[in-house]
Amino acid sequence: MNTDNCKHMNITLNGEKKEVPGDITVFGLLEFLKIQHQRVAVELNMEIVKKDKYATTAIKDGDSLEVVSFMGGGGFSSE
Amino acid sequence: MNDDKLIIAGIEFLSRLWVGTGKYKDFAETKKAIEMSGTDVVTVSVRRVNIIDKSKENLLDYIDPKKYKILPNTAGCYNAKDAIRTAMLAAEAGITKLVKLEVIGDQKTLYPDNEATLEAAKVLVKEGLIVLPYTSDDPIMARKLVDIGCPAIMPLAAPIGSGLGIRNPYNIRIIMETVKVPIVVDAGVGTASDVALAMELGCDAVLLNTAIAGAKDPIAMAEAMKYGVLAGRLAYKAGRIPKKLYATASSPLEGVIGS
Repeated sequence: MNTDNCKHMNITLNGEKKEVPGDITVFGLLEFLKIQHQRVAVELNMEIVKKDKYATTAIKDGDSLEVVSFMGGGGFSSE
Repeated sequence: MNDDKLIIAGIEFLSRLWVGTGKYKDFAETKKAIEMSGTDVVTVSVRRVNIIDKSKENLLDYIDPKKYKILPNTAGCYNAKDAIRTAMLAAEAGITKLVKLEVIGDQKTLYPDNEATLEAAKVLVKEGLIVLPYTSDDPIMARKLVDIGCPAIMPLAAPIGSGLGIRNPYNIRIIMETVKVPIVVDAGVGTASDVALAMELGCDAVLLNTAIAGAKDPIAMAEAMKYGVLAGRLAYKAGRIPKKLYATASSPLEGVIGS
């Protein structure tokens, strides 16, 4: 899909391949995934995306994203 | 004990018992145990959001960050790079600049990799995080971590989850004499008397998870830990009697009949 208008694109999201709408920003992706923005942090290709940059940071085909949040745990043994 | 405040990097901690949030049956039990422990500090891990099942409840729906100080940890990191990445993500999540830095060196012992911990701590302190490092009970390591800007040190009592209690109280004492920052004993505590001992030694706080979550009755153990901390701290402040080899009578010797 090189000259195609690219309605969808493939990204790696939290280690898994995922098809998402093309022309999407980090903000749009979180909306698309119905993830609350407040308590997450996002990394795009190993670089942290600041919260105030979500709406202006575009995601490209082939990008790799990590979306993390706080989970239960104390020390390593909590795994 | 209002005059007995614990302050780290300008943050006031109301409780000297800090608890983890892992290994509980469910969030309801986590919440109840935390409430019963009387703590105001909970440590949490940083993990990938479940993209597939978003209906899953979030820990922070149960643990209100307005009510509790959230202490994100870098549990599960085996090198400085991953720990730095995890800590920076935790800070970016926007709740706190505190991080419990943990770089594990070995799967069997879960002992910290002190060299990598120091390396990661240097970077994170420069990035403006409040770095509380999990470390072995080594006074030299503690001094190095304080020298690069850690405002408290978290030496282990024993291997994580082992429940062995404080294996080397003498080292903990030497650490307290070596560095002039708060000492939070982290990992290896088994029961309330272990917590009391840590406090009697003069440690500033204790962080534990498994000792409560793994108990037969976690809610009851949470309460026991609360009293363990209070009793130990009071005993420390009260000043214990010296240990002596022979007896000293506690009743007056005057007026004993038959003399």
